[in-house]
Amino acid sequence: MVNVQSVPSPAIHADERSQEADHPSSKLALFGADQPLRLDCGIDLTPFQIAYQTYGELNADKSNAILVCHALTGDQHVANVHPVTGKPGWWETMVGPGRPLDTDSYFIICANVIGGCMGSTGPASTNPATGKLWGLDFPIITIPDMVRAQAMLLDRLGIDTLFCVVGGSMGGMQALQWTAAYPGRVFSTLAIACSTRHSAQNIAFHELGRQAVMADPDWHNGRYFEHGTHPHRGLGVARMAAHITYLSDAALHRKFGRRMQDRELPTFSFDADFQVESYLRYQGSSFVERFDANSYLYLTRAMDYFDIAADHQGVLAKAFTGIQTRFCVVSFTSDWLFPTSESRALVHALNASSARVSFAEIETDRGHDAFLLDVPEFFEISRAFLQSAGKARGLTTKPV
Amino acid sequence: MTMQQQVLPLNGMMSKDTGHYRGDHLLVAQMVERGSKVLDVGCGDGDLLQLLETRGIDGRGIELSREGVNRCVAKGLAVVQGDADTDLVNYPDDAFDYVILSQTLQATRQPRVVLENLLRIGRRAIVSFPNFGFWKMRLQLLVGGHMPRTENLPATWYDTPNIHFCTIKDFVQLCDEINVKMERAVALDLYGRPLRLNAPWWFWNMFGEQGVFLLSRAEKGR
Repeated sequence: MVNVQSVPSPAIHADERSQEADHPSSKLALFGADQPLRLDCGIDLTPFQIAYQTYGELNADKSNAILVCHALTGDQHVANVHPVTGKPGWWETMVGPGRPLDTDSYFIICANVIGGCMGSTGPASTNPATGKLWGLDFPIITIPDMVRAQAMLLDRLGIDTLFCVVGGSMGGMQALQWTAAYPGRVFSTLAIACSTRHSAQNIAFHELGRQAVMADPDWHNGRYFEHGTHPHRGLGVARMAAHITYLSDAALHRKFGRRMQDRELPTFSFDADFQVESYLRYQGSSFVERFDANSYLYLTRAMDYFDIAADHQGVLAKAFTGIQTRFCVVSFTSDWLFPTSESRALVHALNASSARVSFAEIETDRGHDAFLLDVPEFFEISRAFLQSAGKARGLTTKPV
Repeated sequence: MTMQQQVLPLNGMMSKDTGHYRGDHLLVAQMVERGSKVLDVGCGDGDLLQLLETRGIDGRGIELSREGVNRCVAKGLAVVQGDADTDLVNYPDDAFDYVILSQTLQATRQPRVVLENLLRIGRRAIVSFPNFGFWKMRLQLLVGGHMPRTENLPATWYDTPNIHFCTIKDFVQLCDEINVKMERAVALDLYGRPLRLNAPWWFWNMFGEQGVFLLSRAEKGR
């Protein structure tokens, strides 16, 4: 019989993960019945909680706060060891002392999005009305819902205006939504590898991922936690497919080519003969250790629904009319998930609104993931943008 | 494009500080009122924008080359990647007090359309360009029989980005044709020094290495 091997069953961190959903190793803001979160789907979510991390110090006039918005599979652990995986923060190249988002100069906040599974209320949280986990009873959330919840968190922290809102990919969508929804509360916006609307191709990839999760018999219509299972195969496949979209043909070829994994000759089986297969399987299995499958369904859906122009009579420029916020838009040449053309459309709309905007396309073969990697030109541009905005804001930043 | 650094007097700037800047940039900066909003089309490495910022001017830029854009953004300037021929249409009317096109007009595909756009987006435009009527150009064509090449325009005919050369005389004619008012005109010699103001046009057209024009929309009905 031909040797068959699917995504390996992970060393289950299920206990740690479900613990994090309700009782995160993060700061926590609880919002009671008097402060419901009004969702786009028409439901008031209450009570709910937001888990967040902060780095650096808020200055006396509260003018140095930067909100970092995380991407689809990120969380609030930007620059500290992850409580479930034990790995370093996902953006330690960007956030920290002396980094572009310098924690010696700025007060950095990152909150787990609503619908996430690392402590902000989502499908993996306990529904207080039933005492059971929400699962698919959790209402559908949108990018504007995530941003509304973050605005409530900032109110709670007593921060009126953000010095900057920063994000890549889904985080960039939030940054743009922040600026469109609360222009007076955002002094500057750094939107990276993102778009003002999710493209048909991207919706298609998300649907593929969701169908993979739902096709896994361990999914049990989203109530796997009651069966002691987790659809790790379906979610693993979803992650593998998504991961390909985060890279590029050139990067895959450079990293793996057609090289074999720990062998000289093909095994004539469906084993992971090629390095690229082995790498993808690793990506799939390590992801399912830390991420809730239902949460993946909800967050991908939120991205699919995102379209800023649709909320402004289909004219993107109207979303930014008269805006005073300073923008920096960054794209990467080999990113085919959020290609430069999407950023350019945003820049054209911002130009039409006479907004102050910088736009740089950075040459790299590393695809969409480039924003998470060590790309010096990207760091240099981010740093200069923040320093120039800081000067206009009257911030005293530490010289590099 | 290389251009000798020249010292031009600039109000409010010590003469020892002006030496860093190109002569035509200093002249352009002189034409822009403080506190105004400016778009620099084809802003290169952002030298002019930086000069303008030191004078309290809100400057934005468009640049064609990715390297140029990224260098500008890394200096904290508000610059986007774009093409004068195709991207000016995205800007609304009267968005800027001045739109500057410095040494770029001759490299556009449709100089007339670009010029019209400059004065739609900006209440005023400042345009500088190399004068193809400069005596050295004429001499090379007349005596040498080949396409002119100079210190400031060293490219050969087959690899030059400059596809629409004109003379000062040609430019003045175009301005008349599309009803553009010339508020100020200066011709600079080979060393970036302004020629005599009272010299006749033919003299400028012969001895001006480049022309710098401050333009505005002519009154309707003229």
